[in-house]
This record gives sequence, structure tokens and C-alpha cells, in this order.
Amino acid sequence: MENIRDEAPRLFYDTTEGAARMQNDVVLTMRGISKLFPGTRALDNVDFTLRRGEIHALMGENGAGKSTLIKVLTGVYGKDAGSIHIEGIEGEAPIHSPQDAQNAGISTVYQEITLCPNLTVAENMFIGRTDGAIVNWKDCEKKATAILESLNIPARAKQELSSCSLAVQQMVAIGRAVDMNCKVLVLDEPTSSLDEQEVSMLFKLMRDLKSRGVGIVFVTHFLEQVYEVSDRITVLRNGKLVGEYPVAELPQLELVAKMMGKDLNDLEGLEKADRHTSAATETVYEAEGLSSTARRPFDFRIRRGEVNGFTGLLGSGRSESVRAIFGADRITGGKVRVRGKAVKITNPHEAMKHGIGYLPEDRKRDGIIADLSVRDNIILALQVMRGFFRPMKRSEMEAFADEYIKELNIKTASQNTPVGSLSGGNQQKVILARWLLTHPDYLILDEPTRGIDVGTKLEIQRLVLKLAEENMSVTFISSEIEEMLRTCSRLIVMRDGNTVGELTGDELTQAHVMETIAGGGVQHG
Amino acid sequence: MDKQKKRFWERMGIGQLIIPLTALALLLLFNLIRDPGFFEIVVNINNSGNPVLGGNLISVINSASELAIIAMGMTLVTAATGGQDISVGAVGAISASVFIKTLIGMGEVTGWTLIVAVLACIATAIAFMMFNGTLVSVFKIQPMIATLILYSCGRSIAYWITGSATPQVNSPIITAIGMTIPGIPVPTPVFMVILVGLILALIFRVTNTTLYTQSVGINQGAARLNGIHPTAVKMLSFGLLGLCVAVASIIATCRMSQVSHKTLLVDIEMDAILAVAIGGNSLGGGKFRMSGSVLGAYIITMLTVTLLAMGINSVNIKAYKAVVIIVIVAAGSPVIKNRIAALRNRRSVSEHSAVKGGAAS
Amino acid sequence: MTTVQPALNHRRREPLSDATLLMLIAIGIFLVMYASAVILMGGAFQKPQQFLDLFNENAALIIIACALTVVMIGGGINISVGGIIGLTCMACTKFLEYSAPQNSVVAVLLTVLLALAIGLAFGLFEGFMVSYLEIQPFIVTLAGMFLARGLTTILSVNPVKVTHEGFQALVKTKLQIPWLGYVAKNGNLISAKLEIGAIVALLVVAAVWLMLRYTKLGRGIYAVGGNRQSALMLGINVKRTSFWSYVISGVLAGLAGLVFLMHKPAANASIAMRSEMDAIAASIIGGTLLTGGVGNVIGTLFGVMILAAIQKIIGLSPLNESWWQDMASGAMLGIFIMLQSVILSRRGKRGKAEASKG
Repeated sequence: MENIRDEAPRLFYDTTEGAARMQNDVVLTMRGISKLFPGTRALDNVDFTLRRGEIHALMGENGAGKSTLIKVLTGVYGKDAGSIHIEGIEGEAPIHSPQDAQNAGISTVYQEITLCPNLTVAENMFIGRTDGAIVNWKDCEKKATAILESLNIPARAKQELSSCSLAVQQMVAIGRAVDMNCKVLVLDEPTSSLDEQEVSMLFKLMRDLKSRGVGIVFVTHFLEQVYEVSDRITVLRNGKLVGEYPVAELPQLELVAKMMGKDLNDLEGLEKADRHTSAATETVYEAEGLSSTARRPFDFRIRRGEVNGFTGLLGSGRSESVRAIFGADRITGGKVRVRGKAVKITNPHEAMKHGIGYLPEDRKRDGIIADLSVRDNIILALQVMRGFFRPMKRSEMEAFADEYIKELNIKTASQNTPVGSLSGGNQQKVILARWLLTHPDYLILDEPTRGIDVGTKLEIQRLVLKLAEENMSVTFISSEIEEMLRTCSRLIVMRDGNTVGELTGDELTQAHVMETIAGGGVQHG
Repeated sequence: MDKQKKRFWERMGIGQLIIPLTALALLLLFNLIRDPGFFEIVVNINNSGNPVLGGNLISVINSASELAIIAMGMTLVTAATGGQDISVGAVGAISASVFIKTLIGMGEVTGWTLIVAVLACIATAIAFMMFNGTLVSVFKIQPMIATLILYSCGRSIAYWITGSATPQVNSPIITAIGMTIPGIPVPTPVFMVILVGLILALIFRVTNTTLYTQSVGINQGAARLNGIHPTAVKMLSFGLLGLCVAVASIIATCRMSQVSHKTLLVDIEMDAILAVAIGGNSLGGGKFRMSGSVLGAYIITMLTVTLLAMGINSVNIKAYKAVVIIVIVAAGSPVIKNRIAALRNRRSVSEHSAVKGGAAS
Repeated sequence: MTTVQPALNHRRREPLSDATLLMLIAIGIFLVMYASAVILMGGAFQKPQQFLDLFNENAALIIIACALTVVMIGGGINISVGGIIGLTCMACTKFLEYSAPQNSVVAVLLTVLLALAIGLAFGLFEGFMVSYLEIQPFIVTLAGMFLARGLTTILSVNPVKVTHEGFQALVKTKLQIPWLGYVAKNGNLISAKLEIGAIVALLVVAAVWLMLRYTKLGRGIYAVGGNRQSALMLGINVKRTSFWSYVISGVLAGLAGLVFLMHKPAANASIAMRSEMDAIAASIIGGTLLTGGVGNVIGTLFGVMILAAIQKIIGLSPLNESWWQDMASGAMLGIFIMLQSVILSRRGKRGKAEASKG
């Protein structure tokens, strides 16, 4: 982890002058940007300035307008007011489409992979930016190989992109952006699907680009990462600009306060929260040798009112474990007991009937039904549990939806708003509401805090502790170990698809968890 | 007041129906200007001496029946699978063949033989639709491709069943279903549409078909993780489409008192898909509004009847129909809708920023 | 590093892509089918002419199947191609009969231009409606089909024959392939013949293959069909790309109409009825996915060959009835798409497992 500040990797570019001298040259100015969506003002008179050779973090809660600002900058959305100026372009920059943005020297790497999986790696790197009708793909493959090698990306130029892992696909996207000799590189949540080594590789690359004078806009939810690489921070809240600060002048807690627009006392209260200890309560769920097509056999149990969690690196089998518990993947073996009674759970419906709820890791893909209203999304699970032949009354649905919109503080124009138009954090709350409404005995939360703003993260952690006090059992998974240490009384540590340890009580320290993950004291990375 | 009005409109889902309703209104208006006689409803006396309503409007609501019924089923399949069934005409020919073969096989047509034949017809249509449904939901084949199989060989199967080109059946009962029931001047197929509509409405009322179908159509994976069985939901939609196809094929058979495997319900799949789209439903699945599709069916038929009334040769109608369809779907195009919305927005933004700018300076 | 590297060092050769695999299956099945027909049914099948007739008789279908492949790879659909064939045939026939100049060369040239212009007009119109007005392609091309069929009957309800000498000469021109001939009973060598239409069709296959593989537009079509949003982000002009895919399919359909007329110089209102569905079936059998992004025009060629061979085999067998042909084609299509579904889902599982290891 700590070897990040190694010398920059040798790229195939000429290294240019030092970064310090260029610090003050502005490459991008956005002034008075406004953007309206039906019902909301996503951006309201926002300014943003990017200098040559700086890494500029763009921060804000969900719904603060970061994504919208970036999409305006990259031509995905048109702006309703304001101006964009780019160094070297007279007058207002003509950005009406992603292609315009690319031509103007703005390259973007989005959180979701925005490459074409059915094309090869080389094609993905060069498509959309070649001249002439006929493309010399041989030449492109050669160039792509050079880029892949120099950036240490483990992929081959002729390989179909769909056969690469998500992390590699992300790196290919960065490779493409890097090769475009861009003045402005926008990285929108680039690290959320990368593991630690990959993040450090990326940071190495970012510093190198910075030294060559590229201005980098860096959007992330990981505060530590901001402080690790950024020079400057711009904070947005509710579509408005809060301010622009050099990193050194903005301590982490102050940043959080600015993003949330509230005092820090709440934050500290949570740190001190008592961990719920469940001594001799009933075992709610117990599995013996449970296995699925995606998970090797494992044992697991949880008591009433207990909060436990699976931890491990990305892809270590955390999610696969809880998916097996919920019957989301095909179950291949094992014995399951719910409240002491032997039961069979082979699909989600059966799990729900036994009082289990599951908030999936991928909110967009597995969680929300985007075009359905907030109301329908909230009552969905309860309705399914009641049965196909027992539809709820409209008034009942409305009452339930109102109750949970209020209780979880879901920001939505109305119950009828399609859930897809809500911000990420609020979508997550809708899914939470969906499961809370079914009053499960046992709730599984897989990465409920991923990709959402700090405020909502805290709200969710607090909620987990509250639910446990109300005697609900919760399995909580998060990439941020701190969050898990704060909430869980027992951690199951996983590595490469196997359980490698179970930590309770005094063992629950960051160092200990890391050690177990890394495998008996061998430092990772 | 204004807000409440808006909510009422939202709840009724009129928004989605604005374009089809406007299209229908314009068609009516066009006919009113062209020839008010178009709306004349006359009472004729048929061969057996019973009064029967006639006139263009009656002919529209009568002849649209099969299309309206199939469009209802098509809406469900579209919503659940995000694709369309193009074999409805061919499956209709098969189920009609079974219907007429059963009737002929049992000798004289009575109430009982009719019930047996109807059940056989429904069972056949549902069975063939289940074949489509299995390909779509179990083998994960695109609906249009899966149903291409029966589209291309369904009518041959129908021919194989009937064994001769056009089996006939003559009975007052059959005429009563296909034309009118003695004493009731309104054509029977109109009641069949209402009957199918009521059956579906009842199903929607006592089950969660709508919620399940929409959930599966929008996000199958998420629906599964909420305990919904996507395969079952898709099968259900194909099953209901089978029911609709069976009823439509019975109507079509009874109209002619015979089954011609080549022409029975021919090309109805295209019109049915068109009806779904004109009704403002996305062909990509998800949310749906069945009333829109039914409205679409009547618009298509109204268009045909209008063109015929204008004296256009029936073989040339397709060309004129195409032009009107293009206008209707273009009016519903997201691009044109967005343009209008953007115009409105821009106005509100410029007002807003003008106020703001004034305050700042 | 260890998490990502291992999978890479093992395989040097790139694994087969889905499209290639499906195409190879189609080619294999065609070869097996035709070979067994030659062995088991003998007689007519042993003549090379029989094989060339697969191309001669299905030249138009090959061309519209290519058109469909292009559109389907781009994630769209075009069901108006059959209608365009009908309209082109009728328009060219009427032109040749009533207004064409006597000069053969000029007349033929004008006919070709007319056919291409009709196709182009439909392509431009449908492309605009689908790409720039974002109307569902099925509906747009359905309207296109209605329009084409309606215009055909407006031109003439009755069948019309081409009697123009210049065009007749073109129809009769055939490429003789001496080494593929056979010796008739009277001792004369009868060489196998390939019609101009078939040659045009094969050239179209080659041109479309090159276009899809090497041009910016071609790769763009794959990108747009594979993931529209990503293609947009990659700086591809998505609308223009999909627009051109419809223009190409329209022009090809016009060309197919001309080729159809060259095979059978007469037109009527129901020419090439439902041939769009045959073209879709051929593309599917050849490995093109309706969902877009996957497909190969060589596979499509063999898709047409398979459908044509079935027709021929049934036609020369004791089951010589049209409904048997339909059932056999339907069954074949069914087997194919189920096979594809099974193969793709297996590969999908394996691929996912590999990808998630990273």
C-alpha cells in the first residue's frame, strides 16, 4: 500500500516540464452552469475551475450535482445556462455531444464501464477517434499493445473486452482516455470496482499524468483517496457550489461537514455507539455446508439481534456467501435451519417466506425497478410475500409508502415518481424501505453504503444498529472496514472464496482484520 | 385545484393516451368534415328477419374485435418480455382448425358441442403459446425469433389439421357468434371484446399480474430477487395471449362459418403490434396500459374503414395507412416530445435567471 | 498482480468469439446436410448445377439477409425489405415496359438506378425516423412495408411481364463454369451456370463483410449494437451510425429487387411476400443475434444456404408438399435457435466465472 509514491512509471510519452510551474494556468472554466430536470434543478449557477497539472476532487452528497456537472462538461447533457471555456479554444467551447467534448480535449472515464464488451480491447481504445472511413486495425492493435504494456494493464489488444475482468475493463477505459492526449481527464468514481493494488496503480498513473500537465477531475466517495491524491477540492451541495479549497486547508471532518451542510457532532456520536452484544439469544438462521454454484460449502449462523458481517477483498466471496443464504444463486448443497427448524431455501421467494430480506450489492442491476414508482418499489417485497392472489389495496400501499418515505427521509417529489430518477442514496433507502416493510427476522445488507454520500452512509449505519436493538438480525457487508467494525459484533473473514477466520470481541480491530485478510501477517500489496 | 387536477390525470394515466386519443378525435373530425353521412347508423333486417345495426361506425367496432382482443394479449407479452409475438395469426389458424374440426367431428352443433370445441380451441392456442413461452422464458430466446418458428410453419400445421382447404360448418349458433344473436342488433363480436376485457380486468383485480409483469419487464433480475418467478410471469403472459388468440380465432371462424388456413387472421400480428405501439406502450417492455392498445386497435380499424369509405381500393389501403401510422408514431416520438419539453424549460430558466441576475446586480 | 495475471499466460490464441462459433456451426451443419443429401438422395444433387442453383435462385434472399444482418448487428430490425423488393420489381417492370428507351445499355442503366433510388429513398426515410426521431424500428419498418406494398398495388394490381430486349439479354447472360459441368447422355459437356444476380449477391456478401470488418462505420455498427450508451461515450456518432445501417439495408433491398427481377423477369403484387422473415431466419441461423452487436455476414450466407437446401431436399423427396417444406424450415429454425441459446448460455456462464475472478 505504501509504495505508491514510487517514481512514475515509464510511459511512452515525453515527460514535460514540472507541474509546479503550470499550477496556475487554467485549462477549464465553467461559469454559472444550470441544468433543469423535470421537477428538479440539478445544477444551479455552479462555477468550476480546473488548472493545468492538478488533481481536483469534486465532492458532494448524492444528488449534489456532481454527476450532472460532469455530464454537462462531457456533453452528455446540454446545459440550460452558463458557459464553458477551455484553454486554447476561443470563446465558448462548443460541447454538444461526447464527441465534441473529446475533440475539445476532455476525456472521461465513468464509474460504470462505458466500453463495448463485444469489441476487442484495441477497438475499444481507438474506435470513435480515427480519421477516414477505413481503419487500419493492425496499426491500432500495435499502438494498443504499446499502451497496455506501458500502463501495465493485463490485457491483450486482440482480446474481446467481455473476456476481461471488470477491473481490467476499467483500466482499458483509462488507457483509452490517457492516449487521447487530453487536457482534461474526468475520472468519475473510477476506483469503486478496483481493489487496493489496482487503486494504487491508478493513482500512480494519475500522478504521472499530472506531472505532464493534464488537469484531472476526480470524483469519488472515498475520502481517504481524495486526501491521498488531490490538490484541490470543490464541494457541491443540492446543486449549488459550496466552495473551492486547497486540500491542505480543508481537514477531512470539515469537508464532511461542508458536504452534508450540518454539524459534526452526529458523526462523533456514531463512533461511540455501543456495539450490540448478543449473548445467549436464539439462533435465527443456521447453515451447515451451504454451497451454491458460486460459493464453496460454508457454515454460518446468526443470533437474534446480532449484527455480523462478511469481510474480505473484492471478489473474495462475500457477496456470493449472502447470495447463497438468500437462494439467489443455484444452491448445490447444505443444511439450513431457521429458528431451529430444518428448511429448504433454494430461491429468493422461499428465503423471504422464512423471514429473510436481502439488499443486493448492485443497486441498479438487482435492486430497483427503475421505471416503477417509489410506491411500487417500496411495497414490492411485501406484496410478493402476501401472494399473487392477494393484491394490496391502493390506500394501503399509499399509507405504507408515506410512512417509509417519512421514516427514512427519502427525498422524492412524490410517491409516483419513478425510482430511477432518484439519486443513488435515495434509491438505496427505497430498497431498504422495501425490506423493512416486510419486517424480516434477518436482514442481509450487501454494500448498502457503496456509491452513496457520507450523510446517507451514516444514516444507514445508525439504522442497522437500531434494527439490531429491536431484535432484528443483520448481516452487513461493506468495503470500508471501519464501517463494519463500527456495526458488527462478529466478522467472518474471507479470502479467495474461503472462510479464513472469524473475529469477535477484542479481535475486532482494523489491524487484526487486515492481517487475517492478508493471511497471517503477510502485508498485502 | 390545479394540482389535484393534475393528480387525477396522472392516476387515470391519460398522459400516455393523449396521442392516440387525439388521433382518434382527428380521424372522427376528418370524417365529420368529409362526409357527415359516415356517422349514420342504420337498422337493416338480415336474412332471418332480425334487425341488425349497420353503418360505418358499427362496422369499425365490429371488425376491430379480433384485433382488439389480440392486442390486449400482445400488450401483456410485450410488457413482460420486451418483445413481440409474431405467431398470433398462425396460432389463431391452428386453434381455429381445431375448433372447426372438433365441431364437425361431433356432428350437429349444439350448446354442448360448442363448449367442447371452444375448450379444445382455447387449450390448443394456450398450448402453442406455451411453446413460444418456453422458448422465450426457459431458453431465453428473443420473442420475435422464438415466435418466428410458428409464424413460418403454423399455417402449415393448420392445413395439416384441417386436411382440406376450407372446412365449413353451418349452424345458427355459429352465425350468432360471428354475426348477431337474433333479437340483439349489435354484432356479437363486440360483446366478445367486452367479455375478454372484463375477464382480464378481473384477473388484474384479483391478482398481482400488473405489478409482476411490469417488474419482470423492467428489471428481471431485481424482480427475481424480490421473490417473483420471471419464467412463470412470462409463461402467464403467453398463456393469456393464447386465450385472447383462441377467442379471436373463434370469432374469425364464426364470421365466415369456415376456416381458410391461409387467410384466417392473416397479418393480424403486425396490426396488433402496431396497436400496442400506437397506444403509447413501449415495445421494449415494462410499463403498459392495455386501454391504449385497445384504442390503438380501433384507430387502425377506423383508419381502414375511413379509407374504404373514401373509395380507395382495398388493395391500395396499406400505402395510405402507412402514411397515417407514420404521422401518429412520429407525434409520439421521444425526440419531438423532448423538443417541446425543452422549449418550455428554456422559457422557465430564462425567466428564472433573469430574476436572479437582476437581484445580483 | 497475482489476482489478474494467471488467466493470461495460459492461452495465447484468442478464444472464438460468439459470432464466429455460431457461424462455424452453421457452416458445419450446411456441409453435413448437403453432403448427406448428395450421398443419400444422389441423382439431381450430384450435379454441380444443383449447387449453383442455390445461389441463382436465392440471390435476392442472400442480399436482403445481408441487409438484415447489418441492421440487426446495429441493434435494429428492418421488416420492410420484402416490400421494397416487391416495389422495386414492379416499378422497374413498369419502367421497362412503358417508358424505357430502346437503347439497351441506357435502359438497363436507368433501371439499375431506379432500383437503387427506390431502396435509397426507403433507407433514408426509415433511417431518419429510427435514428433521429427515435421511433421503434419495428414500427417504422412495418410502416415502410405497408407503404411499399401499397405503392406496388397502386402501380399495378395485375401481374406484369418484362419484355424489354435489353433487359432480357441481361437476364439470359450467365457465367459458364466449364470445369464444373457434367457430360450429358449425348456426349456434350453441359457446363454449370451462375447467373449475374448470384454473382452480384456474392459480391454484396464480400463487400458487406469488408465493410463490417474494416471500416469505421462497420465497427461502429457493432459498437452501437453491443452497447448504445457505451458507443456514445466512446465518441461514436450513434445516430449517424444507426442511420447509415438503415440506408445500407434500404439500398441493398433495392438491389435485391433488381436481382429478383433478373432471375424472374415479371412482377406481381405479392412478390417476395414475407421474405423479410426468411432473411431474419437466415441471419439468426448464421449466428446474428437480434439483440445486436453479434453477427457475421458469412454466417448469414450459410443461413440462406441452409434454408434453401432444406427447400431443395424436401422438394426432391417424396414429401414434396409446400406444408412439409414450411414445417421442415420451422423445425430447423427451432433446432438452431435452441442450440444457440444453449451454447451461448454455457459460454456466458463460463465467461462470467472467468471475468469475476479478477
